Amino acid sequence: MHELGIAENILQIVRQSVPEGQTAAVRRIKLRVGKLSGVVAESLDFCFGVMIGDTDMNRAGLDIEDVPVTSKCRECGNAFATDDFAFSCPACGGNSIEVVSGRELEIVEIELADESGEQI
Amino acid sequence: MSVITIERKVLEKNEQIAARNRQIFQEHGIFVLNLVSSPGAGKTSILEKTFQELRDELNIAVVEGDVQTDLDAQRVARYGVPVIQIVTSGGCHLEATLVQDAVGNLDLKELDILFIENVGNLVCPANYDLGEALKVVVLSTTEGDDKPLKYPAMFLNSSVLLINKTDLIPYVNCDLNRLRNNALQINPSLRIFEISCFTGAGIPEWCNWLRKKEV
Ligand SMILES: Nc1nc2c(ncn2[C@@H]2O[C@H](COP(=O)(O)OP(=O)(O)O)[C@@H](O)[C@H]2O)c(=O)[nH]1
Ligand SMILES: [Mg+2]
Ligand SMILES: [Zn+2]
Repeated sequence: MHELGIAENILQIVRQSVPEGQTAAVRRIKLRVGKLSGVVAESLDFCFGVMIGDTDMNRAGLDIEDVPVTSKCRECGNAFATDDFAFSCPACGGNSIEVVSGRELEIVEIELADESGEQI
Repeated sequence: MSVITIERKVLEKNEQIAARNRQIFQEHGIFVLNLVSSPGAGKTSILEKTFQELRDELNIAVVEGDVQTDLDAQRVARYGVPVIQIVTSGGCHLEATLVQDAVGNLDLKELDILFIENVGNLVCPANYDLGEALKVVVLSTTEGDDKPLKYPAMFLNSSVLLINKTDLIPYVNCDLNRLRNNALQINPSLRIFEISCFTGAGIPEWCNWLRKKEV
């Protein structure tokens, strides 16, 4: 619902992180997006494409890794991935479950083209 | 090809400002609650009921977030409570920087409780920290008992659930037990109050909890 704002944040962070004068060389931005982050990968991808439009970064693309919800049982310590939200422990049936991952919304790495290599 | 590894949170800027807000609130001893729900669940009605009960004992202020209009701010202002309006002009959630600006217009010295009424939306506000002490999710009985399962992030990130419009239970297909169980399955530590702004049921219990939290 607010992927345009998210795309804007990503662009800002990438510009801060890339050495000066090299933003045009950005090709791939690797993101980790949790299922609970509220971000829909397809619309983020679309918004990002619109944002970079005819900027110098227009050859960049998003590489989105979906992070599933991982839970941990407080009763038996079992950790497990859940795709839906039927939150009970598959090992012991316990109902006291703690979510340990799935909220992520992170930029992991940025890949730059080797400028000199590309001119050949 | 060369790779720069950065590991940065996309919402880091919001989180930094939220942390600053939280520090200011703590320094002034203000208990800050971020009210979230879908549109019409009863956030503003709950605020009105809460003021009626607490305004003589506690200094309360409100930040009203709305996509358009200041109608809710007008409703709240009738109770003599300081209110700052934020109009997001289409934005689907409040962000920490908007709250930072709004709070700049409040006299924080005397304040005990600050309510932030977020934009009506059960998705996005879950992921934007504003600097609050806790999130209060409001769900009305007319929305159905399956909503915690459909919007798990909101219920996971909230500390309190207000089940509102309990007066309508005879007319709607909402099983309170199932609603409660669904919510607790997502977040076992949720504190739940069943209330009705129409009859006033449950409001004293909710306000008692606020009194204890505040001191
Ligand atoms: N029957 C009934 N109606 C309610 C209750 N609480 C709120 N309402 C009505 O629900 C509508 C939306 O309430 P409002 O407080 O504006 O919701 P908000 O959008 O979450 O701020 C209004 O018409 C209220 O009068 C309740 O407990 N019972
Ligand atoms: Mg309202
Ligand atoms: Zn278990």
